[in-house]
Amino acid sequence: MLDIKGVSKTFNPGTINEKAALRSVSLHLEDGDFVTVIGGNGAGKSTLLNTVAGTYFPDAGTITIGGVDVTRLPEHKRAKYIGRVFQDPMTGTAATMQIEENLALARRRGASRTLRPGITRAERGEYRELLKTLDLGLEDRLTAKVGLLSGGQRQALTLLMASLVKPKLLLLDEHTAALDPKTAAKVLDATEKIVQRDHLTTLMITHNMRDAIVHGNRLIMMYEGRIALDISGEEKKKLTVEDLLAKFGQATGSDEADDKLLLG
Amino acid sequence: MDLLLSFFNSLPNAVGQGLIWGIMAIGVYITYRILDVADLTVDGSLTTGGAVCAVCITMGWNPWLSLLAAVLAGMLAGLVTGLLHTACGIPAILAGILTQLALYSLNLRIMAIGDPNAATKATLALSVDNDQLLLSSRYIRYTTLENPLVLLIPVTLLVIALLYWFFGTELGSALRATGANQAMARAQGINTSFGKVLGLVVSNGLVALSGALLAQYQGSATNDMGRGAIVIGLAAVIIGEVLLSRVFRNFALKLLSAVIGAIIYYAVITLVLRLGLESTDLKLLTALVVAIFLAIPYWKGRYFSKHFRRGGASHA
Repeated sequence: MLDIKGVSKTFNPGTINEKAALRSVSLHLEDGDFVTVIGGNGAGKSTLLNTVAGTYFPDAGTITIGGVDVTRLPEHKRAKYIGRVFQDPMTGTAATMQIEENLALARRRGASRTLRPGITRAERGEYRELLKTLDLGLEDRLTAKVGLLSGGQRQALTLLMASLVKPKLLLLDEHTAALDPKTAAKVLDATEKIVQRDHLTTLMITHNMRDAIVHGNRLIMMYEGRIALDISGEEKKKLTVEDLLAKFGQATGSDEADDKLLLG
Repeated sequence: MDLLLSFFNSLPNAVGQGLIWGIMAIGVYITYRILDVADLTVDGSLTTGGAVCAVCITMGWNPWLSLLAAVLAGMLAGLVTGLLHTACGIPAILAGILTQLALYSLNLRIMAIGDPNAATKATLALSVDNDQLLLSSRYIRYTTLENPLVLLIPVTLLVIALLYWFFGTELGSALRATGANQAMARAQGINTSFGKVLGLVVSNGLVALSGALLAQYQGSATNDMGRGAIVIGLAAVIIGEVLLSRVFRNFALKLLSAVIGAIIYYAVITLVLRLGLESTDLKLLTALVVAIFLAIPYWKGRYFSKHFRRGGASHA
């Protein structure tokens, strides 16, 4: 479903702030794969996700989603294939617009925006039903401004928006990192439900090793712009945090993992 | 008593001016409030609207057609600013200033069109007796159909109704999302560059419409009629918001509050002039009013944030 081939990205080339964020990364995701991504700060996780999403273009390599080469496709055009939830709860929704308006914008992802009504009566009923599944009481607040919602509610809403039109690829960029543990667990729970329900191909960055082990069918760990570990199948099911740290040390010859990763 | 009497005598004119500038303020509302862009093109495009309309009318065009030509010219100005901003990567404020500066020269040329004796002109007079005008300030106190309010009120309401409809469509919603949160808009497949250009085009079309009406109303197009227009537009938007935002929540009413803001602005200006200030002092006064009204919400926010932390994105 997703094919990343030899993708490199260097920020501020030729300056003292030069930073090679991705070094010829290749990654292939099968249809329905749920891949968790971990790694320390500056390992290249977010750069990888943003390059796939089209926030910026790679310096080298190709990105293919569902057989379509999107390497040079602008962000808003490849949004047709991609659902996204960001780390900052403020990023994924329009605060000054109503809940139903946000959903209506997401309902039209990938379609051309015409002079037809921005939201129809039939949609409202549908949104009410969908919001019920979140179990946050949002179904009675369709016309409330999203800015009035809590961070957790906003992330849950963004998740719903990302999956409203079934995406070929769901990108989650530490989408629970800004939430308190209890809310984070709820949002992760909702994520798991939606991914299972729609059989979504998913790439999820997390700073939490336990979450990375519990969720998904495959785990990759990034280090200095490369994929240092790639664990799937039975091996992933039996994985523990200790195993992971040991494997990381073997793969990179570094014991940085302990502090960098555990501290997040 | 004399003061009050002369103030009331000039109120109809304040309403007339206020309605015309109110259409301009709606244009400013679209860029400043909806798109979150401060567009300085308007100082130039207001004059362009007046100049194009006046030239067309003196050449004997139908006044409605002249109005349409003015709107199209304004939209073109907005398109230039939009492309300078999105396609050339120039910051929006600077893009607007560049277009405005270029329009200064262009407007002088436009006003000389059709005059074989001049290459440029700083004023173009219109006469309600000789030219076919849609409105004139001469009739502002008449109780006949010639009163400009008979035209201005329906035009204003029509503009509001059209925009209310437009911003409720898929395209209009996408525009609002672009102004509210660009990252979100792009993630939902919205072409934010196109949205900004479209918003600037619509906004400057309205500003030019206002300039075209103003030229007819005051009986001339002048090269400096748009100077400081952005500040007057902002003043109208802000006065409207400060006074009416608690009552007017509907989008159409928010646009109306910008118009009411413009009328109040002109009523206050009229009063101040009667009190003995020179008309050349008005720009200073307007700048002060806008500065104060923009500062108040900021000061309020700073004062309150010392007592409690607002928002709860990261605590929720």
